[in-house]
Amino acid sequence: MKEVEEFDKIIALSNELRWQIGDDFHDDLTEAIYADAAKIVKKTVVQNSQKGTLGIDAKIDSIVTSKIWGFPLMLFLLGFVLWLTIIGANYPSAMLSSLLLDIVHPFLKESTAAIGFPWWLSGFLVDGVYLAVAWVIAVMLPPMAIFFPLFTLLEDFGYLPRVAFNMDSLFKKSGAHGKQALTMSMGFGCNAAGVVATRIIDSPRERLIAIITNNFSLCNGRWPTQILLATIFIGAVVPETYSSIASLSAVVGIAVLGIFFMFFFSWALSKTVLKGEVSTFNLELPPYRTPVFWKTIYTSLIDRTLIVLWRAIVFAAPAGAVIWLICNITLGNESIAAHLVHSMDGFGFILGLNGVILLAYIVAIPANEIVIPTILMLTVMVTGISAGSGSGVMFELDSVSATADILKAGGWTLLTAINVMLFSLLHNPCSTTIYTIYKETKSLKWTVVASILPVIAGFIITFLVAQIWRIIF
Amino acid sequence: MKTTPKSACETCAHHSLDAVKKLGVDITNVDFVIALAGNPNTGKSTVFNALTGLRQHTGNWPGKTVTRAEGAFEYNQKKFKLIDLPGTYSLMSRSEDEEVARNFILFGKPNVTIIVVDASRLERNLNLTLQILEITNNAVLCLNLMDEAQKNNIQIDTRSLSKELGIPVVATSARSKEGIPELIATISDVALGKIICKPHKIKNIPPQLEEAIKKLSTAIQNQYPTVSNSRWLAFRVLEGDVHIIEALKTGNFS
Repeated sequence: MKEVEEFDKIIALSNELRWQIGDDFHDDLTEAIYADAAKIVKKTVVQNSQKGTLGIDAKIDSIVTSKIWGFPLMLFLLGFVLWLTIIGANYPSAMLSSLLLDIVHPFLKESTAAIGFPWWLSGFLVDGVYLAVAWVIAVMLPPMAIFFPLFTLLEDFGYLPRVAFNMDSLFKKSGAHGKQALTMSMGFGCNAAGVVATRIIDSPRERLIAIITNNFSLCNGRWPTQILLATIFIGAVVPETYSSIASLSAVVGIAVLGIFFMFFFSWALSKTVLKGEVSTFNLELPPYRTPVFWKTIYTSLIDRTLIVLWRAIVFAAPAGAVIWLICNITLGNESIAAHLVHSMDGFGFILGLNGVILLAYIVAIPANEIVIPTILMLTVMVTGISAGSGSGVMFELDSVSATADILKAGGWTLLTAINVMLFSLLHNPCSTTIYTIYKETKSLKWTVVASILPVIAGFIITFLVAQIWRIIF
Repeated sequence: MKTTPKSACETCAHHSLDAVKKLGVDITNVDFVIALAGNPNTGKSTVFNALTGLRQHTGNWPGKTVTRAEGAFEYNQKKFKLIDLPGTYSLMSRSEDEEVARNFILFGKPNVTIIVVDASRLERNLNLTLQILEITNNAVLCLNLMDEAQKNNIQIDTRSLSKELGIPVVATSARSKEGIPELIATISDVALGKIICKPHKIKNIPPQLEEAIKKLSTAIQNQYPTVSNSRWLAFRVLEGDVHIIEALKTGNFS
């Protein structure tokens, strides 16, 4: 008890002293520190002239952060990075899928049959687990191996803080913190990483806004879905010469729409449940630094690409197993999957989607990367068309046109594609992100809000689009 | 690669990199704990990587590191554990990243704290440096990004800077690994007590305030004889920092 008394004495003393020294205590201390710092610098630093890289930096900044060129340049850079990703990923993707799916998969099937595996075991392991993993590698690895290094080069160059600078006034207007631009950018790679990055935001209110709205940044698990659907359906609407520019614009459009929703919900939250003042902050614009090119490529491949790929594989394997099981276990005369699909078809139609797509989004909660293979597999099973490796098998089709044929056979129209692209942007975060949100907020309530809010937005938007579309066409 | 003639220091055995072993994440049985602090975007993570051989992701924007990263290296048969703290402008505010940094320097009792500063922006960076020197006695100033400072025609007299701050100053360009061997040797010397620091304490404080701080820090020192930075604790208690007050109440400084 003596210790508590002593502690109380210290607090009492400090209260008394605080009374004596007055309110300016903090300012006095800060001023004293700055005065000391200025004195030391005066004695030790010689600035010869203002020349040097500062001048060049200022020139670059006058363009990059200008009112006229700032935003177009941002869109152009985003489009350019995506264009390189789409073009560059095509060939390695085709090579990987022909290797993993046309060569290794039949080989595994034959080997397991030769060893004498029962059909259900080889089906479960080879058609479920292996194929899910192979698909994720074939589809995910090439775009990530291009997108991440390019993004990292921009980051090392010093572009991200300029993005934050450009968007600061928009964030301010929506009642959010300007540093949210940085966490939003991280979200374009991975939402879980974006949520962790919100620690740079001091105010708990603004940090919550940043966490809840991070999911509106299209993450790398969703880029391939957007790119694939835009290529198949949007690119086909226009003459062939313009098809790649049309699909690219559609993908950039979805990403920009995501940013719009991010601002809208930030604004809505700050006007309702998360009211408060916008805090001011200093953001240093760091000097532009020429990235150490090969080192950056190497570290971003090792640190980001492989880690994210590994995560996708870890989630794809059990998901593949689940898909195989629900497609091969029957209740009555239909598989579990067919029951689920049919029960959700009605609701799906209202949203301009279908039961297959909704079921795929439930199966793919662990990882957005596996949405498309799940959709393809379920479509084949429900429509009974013979393509790929057949019922209950997740597969990749070598050419984009074969994928298109399956989807069209499954009743897909341009409306379905547009609404899947919208729903891919506006649905719950993946389970890793949800867990990360819980860890960061330590609040069940906010975790639920962050998970449900985008789904509701997705339902509303796809519903509206479907109704308007059906009235017009 | 530019080849420069070796200076006398570089050929000296004391500075030889042969005695350095990068241990990555192997942080068992360490002899010394070293904290790496500094303003955002001064290259802390790059210094961290250069010392440990790890590839902690670096990026050219303030706030890249939000959690602490750990790694280790060995020098002259002594093992050093290195902790990369989130970059902060000050230790006096309450955001989560700043608290991670502050609590570690204050309660983690590192043997040496490396303060990484941007040589081109020394004055602004000294704000944090002077605050850290209030908390801890054993520190090394890593004057990083010297290559950029030279490009901007900024000259820094490292010897008088060292004298002013009362701690060793090492000029580095961590991206090209320049100055890293000297930094390692200096860290080791401070950890082993071969270099004794006499850190600068904040001057220019109004006399009335100085007196109040003295009274309070004496009271704290009497009650908690083990704390080494009662003066800083007094500053914080006076400011009504709830975390520090809680720590004093529970006597739990970890």
